[in-house]
Parts: sequence; structure tokens; C-alpha cells
Amino acid sequence: MDYFLELFFGGLTRGSIYALIALGYTMVYGIIQLINFAHGEIYMIGAFTALVVASALSLLGMNGLSLLMLSGVIAMIYSAAYGFTMEKIAYKPLRDAQRLSPLISAIGMSIFLQNYVLLAQTSDFVSFPALIEEFPFMESVTIMRSSELVIVVTTAVATTLLTLFIKFTRMGKAMRAVAQDKTMAMLLGVNVNRVISATFIIGSALAAVGGVLISSHIGQINFYIGFIAGIKAFTAAVLGGIGSIPGAVIGGLVLGWTESFATGYVSSDYEDVFAFGLLVFILIFRPAGILGKTTSEKV
Amino acid sequence: MKTDWKPLMQRVSSEMIKSIVVSLWFVFLTFPLMVMKIRPLDQTIEWRWMNLVYVGVGAFFLSFVWRYLMARKERGSEKDEGDSWQKRIGMKIRSDKRISVSGLIGVGIFVLIFPFLFSSYQTSIMITALMYVMLGLGLNIVVGLAGLLDLGYVAFYAVGAYFYALMNHHFGIGFWAALPFAGGLAAVFGILLGFPVLRLKGDYLAIVTLGFGEIIRLILENWNELSYGPSGIAGISRPGFFGFEFTLQQHTVYLFYIMVALVALTTIVVSRLRNSRIGRAWIALREDEVACQAMGIDKTRTKLTAFALGATWAGFVGCIFAAKTTFINPASFTFMESAMILSIVVLGGMGSIVGVMVGALVLILLPEYLRAFSEYRMLAFGASMVIIMVFRPQGIISGIRQRYEFRKQPQQEVSP
Amino acid sequence: MTAPQPVLDVRGLIMDFGGLRALDNINIQVNSGEIVALIGPNGAGKTTFFNCITGLYEPTMGDMIIHTPGKAPVRLNRLKPNVVTENGLARTFQNIRLFQKMTVLENVMVARHCRTKSGIAGAIFRGRKTRREEQEMVEHSYRLLEKVGLDSYVNELAQELPYGAQRRLEIARALATEPILLLLDEPAAGMNPKETHELDQLITRIKEEEGVSILLIEHDMKLVMSISDRIYVLDYGQMIAQGTPREVSENRNVIKAYLGEAFDA
Repeated sequence: MDYFLELFFGGLTRGSIYALIALGYTMVYGIIQLINFAHGEIYMIGAFTALVVASALSLLGMNGLSLLMLSGVIAMIYSAAYGFTMEKIAYKPLRDAQRLSPLISAIGMSIFLQNYVLLAQTSDFVSFPALIEEFPFMESVTIMRSSELVIVVTTAVATTLLTLFIKFTRMGKAMRAVAQDKTMAMLLGVNVNRVISATFIIGSALAAVGGVLISSHIGQINFYIGFIAGIKAFTAAVLGGIGSIPGAVIGGLVLGWTESFATGYVSSDYEDVFAFGLLVFILIFRPAGILGKTTSEKV
Repeated sequence: MKTDWKPLMQRVSSEMIKSIVVSLWFVFLTFPLMVMKIRPLDQTIEWRWMNLVYVGVGAFFLSFVWRYLMARKERGSEKDEGDSWQKRIGMKIRSDKRISVSGLIGVGIFVLIFPFLFSSYQTSIMITALMYVMLGLGLNIVVGLAGLLDLGYVAFYAVGAYFYALMNHHFGIGFWAALPFAGGLAAVFGILLGFPVLRLKGDYLAIVTLGFGEIIRLILENWNELSYGPSGIAGISRPGFFGFEFTLQQHTVYLFYIMVALVALTTIVVSRLRNSRIGRAWIALREDEVACQAMGIDKTRTKLTAFALGATWAGFVGCIFAAKTTFINPASFTFMESAMILSIVVLGGMGSIVGVMVGALVLILLPEYLRAFSEYRMLAFGASMVIIMVFRPQGIISGIRQRYEFRKQPQQEVSP
Repeated sequence: MTAPQPVLDVRGLIMDFGGLRALDNINIQVNSGEIVALIGPNGAGKTTFFNCITGLYEPTMGDMIIHTPGKAPVRLNRLKPNVVTENGLARTFQNIRLFQKMTVLENVMVARHCRTKSGIAGAIFRGRKTRREEQEMVEHSYRLLEKVGLDSYVNELAQELPYGAQRRLEIARALATEPILLLLDEPAAGMNPKETHELDQLITRIKEEEGVSILLIEHDMKLVMSISDRIYVLDYGQMIAQGTPREVSENRNVIKAYLGEAFDA
């Protein structure tokens, strides 16, 4: 039973991280129907920024919660800045281009950012400090680590805040309007460029949160983590129904548990095959996902 | 007459300010990753302040270039005469038989004496480049002509390579016997993988093919009984030539000629396909799926033929790759390989045969000869994919469609 | 005189999108050699009707049958769009859907696809049979381009054609599939009066020379009234009137649908 619970919480943790990244995919897709292939790289850049900043700050003698918070916030700011810049360079000029162009541009961006970090930092795995300290009250708990608890709680809070933001703020409403009908929103005076930028900024910041937390939990990172995490998070977004925010969370959790139980009970060699297999399976049999609705092309 | 310098000065200063802002922004953006670096051993920070200057100055100047190209692009879309010089040259070459024939002969002679002019090492690099030409031409069928973005192309390459490696390892089957079957098997895989993904459009198709590609690589990595896992298969035979014993150098020259022949064959096949009934159906499918079906074209069949034919070439090249390196393992078949082949097609020009050749030669040979540059190879690939998409989506050389000449019927009425 | 021979026979056609009924119990017949118009205000369901019979949408209920002379009638329900085309139904699109990056001639040649056979091997080895078929394809396509007056543009890219020419190219492309019934979706949209007048003559000429029947959706009443043998009027998915141009133009329901209740005097 303990083993089962361990896998359950392990899956919950993974799933939460997938959900945090998937939110970025789903928001961008909802607004400009683009699979932001480089979104995983934003997550990776968040993790690397946090690593560098945290190391610098700890040299200055900072530690504990303040170190986590400060490096986390800086990572979020930087990821958001990268997301914003990426959209301006690689996607904005292609808004009216042929359908394959933005996607190829996104793949190029992804390759570029990976190699940028590889060259600017290192190609090796580097160890990531455990920024999340063990809570005293968790000592007796064996099935779940403190960092897992933090990840799950943070994801829950972040998703709730995002949902409220989209529901009640001006920008949130503008986002929904643009997602429904870009031209109409524009005619009604919504600044579409600003909405798109805001979407990239928010999605990127959420990815950075995921990046910092999971890196601290696992303890090492390299330039390639964004690629795999990105595809898995994309799987989560598709699984839940791309374009839907609760869908991204549900998709993330389903994927997290699938991986966790499959590697725990079947075989750990094929960890990634389960995720890719699930992705292929979903896209073929229910491309609209769990919460998505099927749309047909207008002729 | 007095020139009014004021608007010009204002313009210059506003452009300067724009570039300074961009430059500062990039300095800020790259600060933590470019300036700071962790020393993993003692967890201290290395500060590289010079990078700050490079980024600042680089971004300052590049932002001018960017805005200039952007402005030119916008002007170009209004006048739509951006590539007229290129078109004219293209027409000239096509219409004037003397130029095209003598050019072809020149290239042919150069290629034939290439191994005698250059070292064995350089011939070997050229073989690699030619392999990528073939891969690019194969992928060009799928992406350039049929418009199906296949990000798992490397899977078919792996199928070809592993097929020959395993056949050779277990049964001692030779290169020439394996080559056609490697292509055939890859085609079968193309159909098998193509079938379920047919209903998917554009971007979803891309992700699913990527997933398939990764699954195949992961299986090769983990199914030790079949593929010998990450350690791979060594001692694969090189291509034989009627039982002659070759030295390593002779083998390289021999393989070079094999590649030249195969590239020539590929070119003929692809160019014939492109202007055939099937080829036109592919392009129509790429241009407008709904209209294509409404004109009586079977979408499923057309997509599957594209998938299968594209995969066939990957299978061939896989087989050659195994024979060239005599050792393969799953590390040669990562997504980056697919991305590289894709960037060859994108950079060279989707749908254009000459474009893909130029793309492959540039992207493979340039990093090889500019050693200092080779570290930045993938960085440059990524950047060029973005830049090409933004400024010249048709690639370096855009595909030219076949022209037909007609004589007007004399008895035609003038006008109604 | 023999009784009119139906080419297309649609009975009880119903199309639901979720809870919305876009077409409600539609009956339309097109007889051999006729030009029939389908008119109605925007959103009446005209294009939806085209999409149903050409296999792009799957209707909720109803029968759609095509009668090719000398062949057994074919039920069009649940056939894929390309099979519908093979059975003799060809269409144009309201929002022009040409193959933009192909030449004008190639656009027409693509439509010869379902009437030709050469495969991959043929394309690679380019044997005599393939070459002959290719030649036939080129000539046939060229003849159609002459017919619609585009023979001087054969090697231009479709996207470079002026608007009116693009519409005519769509017609030539549809004709290349050798239809027995040609469906034209707003062929005169965006044309000036002179172009519309030429189109009027073109449609009549095509009907006679190619031996096709024509079903067209059109908003230009002058065109509709001058070329149609019969007219069907749709409004909110319902068939509100049908008959000769004269009958329809005098029908109170039609006037109401077009001009609104206020004019009901």
C-alpha cells in the first residue's frame, strides 16, 4: 500500500509540473492556434536562471525560504521576458503566414534556445541546490517528500489564481475574447498584440515556476530537460483538450499518474515510451482531448 | 535650394534610440546565462563581463538589420517583385539549353574527379553531405510537396540502418542485397505510421510523428535482445564490389561514387514525380486539402504515397549510413537529426530540388570546414529556421513549376 | 418530348449542427440540361446544402441520389468528397479555393486526376502510356482554359490571376473532372457588371457545349433571373418557394424573406 501511495504522490508531483507547463501551451494555442514548440525551452531557461541566481545569492549568504522565493521570482521574470521576446521575434511576423511557417519557426526557436544554453552554460548535467527545505512536520511521513507537497500546493494555487485572473480581470476577459474571435475582438477595441504578449508572459512565468520547483526536487538539470518536459506537457495539454485550462491540469495529472504507475509496476526502461504512446493514442482516437470540443473547418 | 536636415536627423536619432533599447533589453535578457556561469566543482560563479559587451554591441547592430529586412519585406509584399532577378535567372537557365547542359556537364566532371582532387577525409565529408542531400530530397517529398510536417523522419532512417546492420550481423547479408529491402521496409513503416495519423492536420501531425520517432529510438535503446541497446552494433560490412578487396581509402572513393549515382537517381525520380499526376496531387493537397478532395483526389491514398516514398529514401540512406560508419547505435537517430534534415529542406527551399541540394551542402559542409564555427552549428540551424520563415519562407531557392508551350489555334474567334 | 430526366435528386435532407437545424427537409431536383438556381438570404443554408451533397458534411437525414445516364443511380450519402466527384458532381467554392502556388494549367490538370490512372511507377519510368496520358491531360486542360478565356495565362501562378479570372479558373477546374452536374457557389461574387454579363454567357455556353447540368448559388438577381430554368429559395434552412424565375419573383414569401416584414404591404 505504501508503494502504491508513493507512486500516487510521485505521479501527482510529476503531473503538477506537467500541468504548470501545459498551461502555457494551452493558453498560447487557445489564442493564436500555435503549438509553441519552444515552450519547454522557456521552462529550462527558468530552471537555469534560478540555478545561477540562487548560487550567486547563496554566496552572499542568503538561504531558506527567502532564497527560494527570490530566485524563483527572478526566474519567473526572466522566463517571462524570454517568452515575450520569442513571440516578438519568431511568431508575430508570421501571424498571417502559411500554416506550417510558425511551427517551423517555433522548432527553430527551440533548437536555438537549447544550444544557446548549451554554449552559454554547459552541456553536462549540473547539480541543482535543494531550495525547498524539508519541513519538520513532514519527518514522520514516508510516502511523500516536502518538496512534493510544495509542488502540489503551488500548482493548485497557481491554477486557481490563473482561473480567477482569466475570469474576472480585464485582461483575462480580453484573452477570452481573442481566443473566441480575433478579428471581432480587434474591432471591439481589444489590443490583440498586448493580449498575445500577456499570454506568452503568463505562460512562461508559470513554466518557470514548474522549472524551479522540479529542478530543486530532482536535484540536477541540463540544457535538454526542456525538450522532453515540453513534449510531455504538450501531451498533457492535448490529453485534457488543448485550449482548456482545467483540461491542462487534468491532462497533466492523468499523464503524471500514467507514467508513475507504469514505471512503478511495469518497467522503468520505457518511461518515455508510455508518455509518447499516450500522446499518439490520444491524438489518433480523441484529438479533441478529455475536455475539448471537436470543431470542424469552415468551408 | 536648401536641404532640410531636420526630419532626417530625427529619423536617425529615433532609429538609434530603438536600437539602443533593443540592445539594453538583450543585455538584460542574456545577463544571467551569458555573464554568469556556475563552476560545478566548487559551486562558485564565473563572471564573463566581456559577453555583456558582445551581446550589447551585437544586438545594437542586428536590430538595424532586422528592422531593415522587416521594412523590405513589407515593401516587397506590396510590390511583389522580391525575387524577380532570381526568377529571371531561373528562366534563363531553363530556357537556354546551352547554359543548362554545359553547367550540368561542368558539375558532372567536377563530381567525377572529386576524389582525385581532394583527400580521403574530404571525400568522406562529401559522402556525408550527399547522404543529407538524399535525406533532404526524401523529406522534401513529404514536407515540401505534400505539406505534411514530419518531425519523426529519422525513424525511417533508423529502420534502414538497423535493418542492414542486423541482417549483416546475423545472416551476413551484403549491402547491395540489403539496400532495396531497407528502402522497402522503411516504406512499410511509413505506411504503418502514416495510416493512423492521416486524419490529423498540420501541427498535430508534426507532434505525432515526433512522438513516433522518439518511440522508435527508445525501443532501439531498450530492446537489448533486438538492437543491442545503447552499445549498438559494430563491424557492419562495407559495400562489396564483385568480391574485390578494397583498402579503406578505396572504399571511401567507391562509396563516394555510389552516393553520386544514388543522388543522381534520386534527383531524377523526385523531379519526375514532382511533375507527374501524383506529384501534382501532393502539391494540391498541400495547397488546399478541401478543394483537393473536391477535385476527386483521394486524400488518404495521396498522403500515404507521400509518406511511403519519403520513408523509402530515408531507408536507403540509413542502409548506406550503416555501411559507411560500420557501427550504429541509437544515439545517431535523435530528434536533432530529424530537425537537421528538416532545416535543410526549409533553408534550401521547400519543394525545390536544387534548393534542397544547396541547403544540404551549405548546412553540412560549412560547419565541417569552418571548424571554429562547428560548435555553433545547431545554434545557427535554429536561428536560420526562424529567420528563413520570417523573411524568406520559400527558402534560398524557390521551386519553379513546369511551363507548357501552346500554339494558339488560328481559327479561334477574336472575341464574343 | 420525354419526361424530364433527373440528374440530382435530393429528398428530405436534414442537417443539424448540434442543436441547430441548418437544413430542414429539403427536396431539390435538377433535371438533365437544366440550369437551376438556389437563392436565399445570407445564412439560409445554401452553402451547407452544397457541402452536404459534395460529401464535406454528413447530413443528419435524407437521401441524395445522382443519376448518370447509362449507369445505375448512386446514393451520395456517406461517400467521401473525392468519390462524389468521381460520380459526376463537381463544385466551385464561394471563397475561391484554388491551388495558389500551382500554375493555372496545373490547377486544371489536378482535376483530371480522377479520370486518369498513371501511378508511381508510371511517373518514375515515364513510359509511353504515361506520356500519352500526360499529353492528353495537358491538351484537355488547355481546351478548358480556352473555353473560359484563360488560355493566355496557362503558366501564371493561380495566385497572380485577377479576381474574376480566378473565379473562371475554378469553373474550368471543376469542368476538368467531367461532371454531369456542375455546382457553382456564388460564381459572380465580387465581379463587375461587365464580368457578370460575360459569366452569364459562359455558363450558358458551358451547359450546351459540355452537356452538363448546373446548380448555382447566386446573389446577383439579374444573373439568376436571366439564366435559370428554375429557382429554389431557401430561408433559415427551409424551402420557402420554388418555380420558374417569374413565379419566384412574384412569390410573397420570397419578397418577405428578402425585404423583411416591413415591406409586407
